[in-house]
Amino acid sequence: MEVRVQNIRKAFGRFPALDDVSLDIRSGELIALLGPSGSGKTTLLRLIAGLESPTEGTIFFGDEDASKKSVQQRNIGFVFQHYALFRHMTVLDNISFGLKVRPARRRPPVAEIRRRALDLIDLVQLSGLEKRYPAQLSGGQRQRVALARAMAVEPNVLLLDEPFGALDAQVRKELRKWLREIHDRTGHTTVFVTHDQEEALELADRVVVMSKGAIEQVGTPDEIYDHPVSPFVYRFIGQSSGLNVTLASGEIRFEDRPIGLRDANEADGPATLYFRPHDVELVDGCGGCLAGLVTGSRRVAGTRHLELNLGSAHPSVEIELPPERASSVDQSRIAFRPTKWKLYRRKEDLTAPPLQAQTSAIELAPTGT
Amino acid sequence: MAHDISSASAAAPPSLVDAATSESRLARAVLTAVALGFVALFLLLPLTTVFIEAFRKGAGEFLAALADPETFSAIILTLTVAGIAVPLNLAFGVAAAWAIAKFEFKGKAFLTTLIDLPFSVSPVISGLVFVLLFGANSALGPLLQSYGLQILFAVPGLVLATVFVTFPFVARELIPLMQEQGTSDEEAALSLGATGWQTFWHVTLPNIKWGLLYGVLLCNARAMGEFGAVSVVSGHIRGQTNTMPLQVEILYNEYNFVAAFAVAALLALLALVTLVLKTALELRYSDEIAASRRH
Repeated sequence: MEVRVQNIRKAFGRFPALDDVSLDIRSGELIALLGPSGSGKTTLLRLIAGLESPTEGTIFFGDEDASKKSVQQRNIGFVFQHYALFRHMTVLDNISFGLKVRPARRRPPVAEIRRRALDLIDLVQLSGLEKRYPAQLSGGQRQRVALARAMAVEPNVLLLDEPFGALDAQVRKELRKWLREIHDRTGHTTVFVTHDQEEALELADRVVVMSKGAIEQVGTPDEIYDHPVSPFVYRFIGQSSGLNVTLASGEIRFEDRPIGLRDANEADGPATLYFRPHDVELVDGCGGCLAGLVTGSRRVAGTRHLELNLGSAHPSVEIELPPERASSVDQSRIAFRPTKWKLYRRKEDLTAPPLQAQTSAIELAPTGT
Repeated sequence: MAHDISSASAAAPPSLVDAATSESRLARAVLTAVALGFVALFLLLPLTTVFIEAFRKGAGEFLAALADPETFSAIILTLTVAGIAVPLNLAFGVAAAWAIAKFEFKGKAFLTTLIDLPFSVSPVISGLVFVLLFGANSALGPLLQSYGLQILFAVPGLVLATVFVTFPFVARELIPLMQEQGTSDEEAALSLGATGWQTFWHVTLPNIKWGLLYGVLLCNARAMGEFGAVSVVSGHIRGQTNTMPLQVEILYNEYNFVAAFAVAALLALLALVTLVLKTALELRYSDEIAASRRH
């Protein structure tokens, strides 16, 4: 079912958790709410579920205004980070719960409930464990029970709050793949919350990047990674470096020297240049480039990460090179140029003197995980 | 760790390979002896004395003492008062713990402190409070009296005093338990379409049932054994407002030692049964208890 969030504001006391958030969730899609802790992503999920009520704004399920409905009436499936399984009930009873508590006229017959629960147990690959108690299951198994329990009520929308947050890396990866398969097979509209960008990019049809109670960008994983619309998204998704530069007649200058990049559409003045570690090319003879001293070198799987010092007034920059390229430039000084980059202007760039602009760059340092 | 060390220094004298937390044999023996001696002197000895004194003149005298009409009425009264006070505090304790553990509201810390009040106030004062509230010179007492409702020196007064003294037990037991469990189980049940009542009955109650049971057992033990507060509000009318602890005192003051100790023994027996019941349940359901605490 299609879910539309319109101009939602939510305040806890005087602290605003969400500020004027709007989002259209398409029917049948798998969408991720991604952001650092405190960005409001879980609050948004709980508002859709009806576990919290908005201070202002409306939530539509299809054409129906769901904001006036209680959590019970919304018919959603919610999966909690720490599973929240009923510990005194078996796997089968946990999964049947949502059907058993229905009022008599809407409740399926006992045999039907059992059949549906067993089907779901089969779907989440836990056949044979239906008589176990939650305490007798591993973390990954518990999360599958939680998912089956949420799906048993045939929800309008499936909401997952950091579904893999409490699991170890290996199980996470498996469950991620498995969740994608389940989604493709059942077609439930699914919203999940995560602070793990890798998880969001790998799993979701679309990703909603959130920060400080607002949505920064909504898009497919490719759009988000390749065309970040704000410095926050650039920093939060993947690795990136930000350098304080100045623009002079369309030419980008770093420490008053041109670096061989042009941006004709921007006005002169200070700006921040963002690029990703792997979007760089090495240049011979620096007629217009960035140059730095190699201060560290790490081999990470198939690439070599070099840490460069571009001057004491700037944070160090990391670039990634294929190992063979990196060893061929076995010198302490490296000249390079970003191949894909983006320039962002900050409001204070246009007014503040350069020294202050540099200190604010430190405040802008990545906060995400 | 201990294993590594012992294999590395196999030739060293045994005392060196002991785990860091173990004491020498002498220290262990002394500590155990002190603990056991203390228990024997201050718990076992008095308790045995009660039973020995009760049966000093044989089982016949013991039963005769309990069959005495005044004593018998005291036993019935104690059971009645506990039978009213315990369910009341059960309801109050669950409600208070639910409110404190699952909701945020103003005055929460104050309520939590208030629940402890009966533990910190002397029971005699608790009793006096009710005398002041419902006594002949108070505003409430004569008013209720005019409607034919006798509070002081009657069963209602005894129940009120007992409820006051025992009300922390259930709530105290449940609050930390419910706080630890949080609200996500309830949220899960609600999101699956369960009503508030279904959620309480099928999810919350099973999660807290062991804590609730301990609370009720302790509450019951105290309700039956309460002396101070009850003594102030009872008026000591024989055969009418004397509970078992008060009856023990009266009989003792009349040098009727066998009867006094007989009632005392019965009271002690009730306490022992409570303890045994608790331990038996713990043994019987130890797996389930462990599962409900962990997870």
